[in-house]
Amino acid sequence: MKASRFQSQDHIDTGRRQFLKLSAATGAGLTLGLNLTTRASAQAADSPALQFNAFVNISPDNTVNVYIKHLEMGQGVYTGLATCVAEELDAAWSQVKCEHAPVDTEKYANLFMGQQATGGSTAIANSFTQMRQAGATARAMLVAAAAQRWGVPASEISVSEGQVSHGSHQASFGELAVEAAAQNAPAPEAVSLKDPADFTLIGREDLVRKDEGKQNGTAVYTQDVQLPGMLTAVVAHSPRFGGRVKSFDASKALQRNGVEQVFEIENGVAVLAKDYWTAIKGRELLEIEWDDSAAETRSSGTILSQYRELVDEPGIVAEREGDVASQLNQGDSVEAVFEFPYLAHAQMEPMNCVAKVDGQRAELWYGCQGATSDQMAIAQLLGGKIEDVKIHTVFAGGGFGRRANPFSDYVLEAVRVARGAQGKPVKLVWSREDDMQAGFYRPAFVHKLSAAVDDQGMPTAFQARLAGQSIMMGTNMESMSVVDGVDNASVEGLVHLPYQVPNRQVEVHNTQAGVPVQWWRSVGNTHTAFSKEVFIDSLARKAGQDPVEYRLSLLKHNPRETAVLKLAAEKAEWGSRKLPEGWGRGVAVHTSFGSTVAEIVDVSVQGTEFKVERVVAAVDCGIAVNPNIIRAQIEGGIAYGLSAALADEVTLTDGNVDQTNFHNYRVLRMNDMPEVEVHILPSGNAPSGVGEPGTPPVAPAVANALAAATGQTLTRLPLRLT
Amino acid sequence: MAYTLLINGESHELDVDGDMPLLWAVRDHLNYTGSKFGCGMAQCGACTMQIDGQATRTCVLTVAAAEGRNITTIEGLQSPQGQALQKAWVELQVPQCGYCQSGQIMSATALLEQNPSPSDADIDTAMSGNICRCGTYSRIKQGIKLAANAVRDNEGAA
Repeated sequence: MKASRFQSQDHIDTGRRQFLKLSAATGAGLTLGLNLTTRASAQAADSPALQFNAFVNISPDNTVNVYIKHLEMGQGVYTGLATCVAEELDAAWSQVKCEHAPVDTEKYANLFMGQQATGGSTAIANSFTQMRQAGATARAMLVAAAAQRWGVPASEISVSEGQVSHGSHQASFGELAVEAAAQNAPAPEAVSLKDPADFTLIGREDLVRKDEGKQNGTAVYTQDVQLPGMLTAVVAHSPRFGGRVKSFDASKALQRNGVEQVFEIENGVAVLAKDYWTAIKGRELLEIEWDDSAAETRSSGTILSQYRELVDEPGIVAEREGDVASQLNQGDSVEAVFEFPYLAHAQMEPMNCVAKVDGQRAELWYGCQGATSDQMAIAQLLGGKIEDVKIHTVFAGGGFGRRANPFSDYVLEAVRVARGAQGKPVKLVWSREDDMQAGFYRPAFVHKLSAAVDDQGMPTAFQARLAGQSIMMGTNMESMSVVDGVDNASVEGLVHLPYQVPNRQVEVHNTQAGVPVQWWRSVGNTHTAFSKEVFIDSLARKAGQDPVEYRLSLLKHNPRETAVLKLAAEKAEWGSRKLPEGWGRGVAVHTSFGSTVAEIVDVSVQGTEFKVERVVAAVDCGIAVNPNIIRAQIEGGIAYGLSAALADEVTLTDGNVDQTNFHNYRVLRMNDMPEVEVHILPSGNAPSGVGEPGTPPVAPAVANALAAATGQTLTRLPLRLT
Repeated sequence: MAYTLLINGESHELDVDGDMPLLWAVRDHLNYTGSKFGCGMAQCGACTMQIDGQATRTCVLTVAAAEGRNITTIEGLQSPQGQALQKAWVELQVPQCGYCQSGQIMSATALLEQNPSPSDADIDTAMSGNICRCGTYSRIKQGIKLAANAVRDNEGAA
């Protein structure tokens, strides 16, 4: 069997209420053509799927197709969103299939953002009611069709496990699909949704994740898309950010057999070849002179030392409560400076994108995350209309924020290359080195935290001064995130402190650097949770109090963090479980993306080496739609945060990124992975995020465990004992 | 130059440069796309195939060196160990993004074929060359143990 398989869907044409499902069967040596995306396959023609609404199609063969408006990049949106639909549709889980929805902002906007996009751990939170309504309205249409067919009142009809029944009458969804799809769709508000007590799929521990072909190599990612006549492109980027091509000589590259084209694009030189290897070898033969007159040429050490000076000076006030200055000037105070490096996302699938450009029209295939924003940017680049940009979304090999770039960087690069390819489809592929060195990164930050404490050791004043690049300024997200010079993405997690402190002030310096920055799994919380939670532990130690008890005494008006912290402490047997000699235990709790996570970490220490042995996590994320996926996301969030705690770091020397690949950008591996336990707090509240909130607490919990074991308070990531 | 590659029991003629890594020959020219590109320097394991039964990073193994050897990709995985692993992966819902999982399963298969009852330390040693940025390591470890048990139970029954 050969694995050239490519699934795609054409547009959903609401006028004809007909959806053409266009998938091609796996076949020996079959390369799937563009033509397949414009006509139905024989199989689909036999069993046309009928559209009930933007999210639900049901075929006469009894398949329920759910259109997923968010990118499936591992976080489980296929299963999560389909569960919500199937729950209210009363479908059998086995008959439900998922596909990515097309990019169509009107139908598929993220309800929290007003544009089609995946991010901010909002997939379930913004879709929970919408997907249930989509299932409930489709169910109402099936019931109406059955009532008509059988001549019975709709109110007497029951639906269960994909079967519609009344007395002796029974029909499957498939048998009713044609008549049901012809019914008037009720308004979403006109259908009633289930009482959570009646849920049969939502909250189920044993609901198996939809088969995405990830255990047998059949799942299709951007890297796997093959089109007839397609060329593979690699781009030589400037070694320094902001550098431009001054001149280049492609003659040697063009002599290489299989190299088809070499040309300059806005940000580098593109090499197009018959395959990836040839393109890479061609690129090695390029001779390029770069113009660094506008490039960032500083080292990261220089940048960070400037930040350290800045946090001694007042910044823009992000939050002010009471009078911090007078409190800090009298009595006992504590101060600490924290440092955070630039971080690469280092998702397993390096950036890539398949594009075909014909004048002002474009068709793209990739793990599309910032859908509306990408589509608009492409249309603008080509001078065409939004509807002339057609995007097919495929699975993404990890994202962690990287694929939704505010400037659509790698997507526009692919379009620019494809524009020069004379109508041929082009697969732009970044090597790992390109991915590591071309940006975008979690910004480097320095924090200076100060507190005044009373004679009981409780804080009376808290001040945080931050210095780092704003992620949102200068992007199309600026108006959403930046108020009076303060980017919420810089200070989130330190403003609105959950701990009760009467006088508080948070200030920020928005620094300028030529290093491109972007959100990285949990955004500002990647650094703010660390300084906040390590600092609060320092205060507890100074007060001679247990870190959990100290936190609880400052969280008396915060029942949610209290409950989550108590659950983690109980499950980890905080205070009662005896640790082996040389081990330490630490705690951190943090709220982000609407969810609260507490983590308790055990470390073993030998000299300056340490190992994270165990993490016990508790999470409150509202109603748990799929507990197993929630646990997987918290486990993964912990692993991702732990990688940054132990190893990840991007540094620059004279503007050149020092790291190139996984041998010098170290990431968490199997032998570093601790035992992880995740406990979900029962809740009847609306679902909140799980993709990101597991990440912030782990690094501070590890640092606090190391402090408990060694007495060393570590304030710099990655963590190094001395 | 023409090379003959024996992949999943099938012979393929291929005219590429001998220094092309096997991964790219297989992906770009023979359309077996289950094996993934992650690093290009044998650091991440996403490209792992079995060469004569050994888990091998094919992003650094040249076509010239692979000629005449038995190459197994995820698409051709048929050993009881491999199939038990695939089943365990579904049962424990191991994959998240899934991009590394072909390589993880190929490395785990080679481990179980050589060591039917691996300890935690054996698993760490065999699997630490395979990176998963989604952090599915705990489930991978559980999956290997589940599959090892299933294979042993099956052999006991047979």
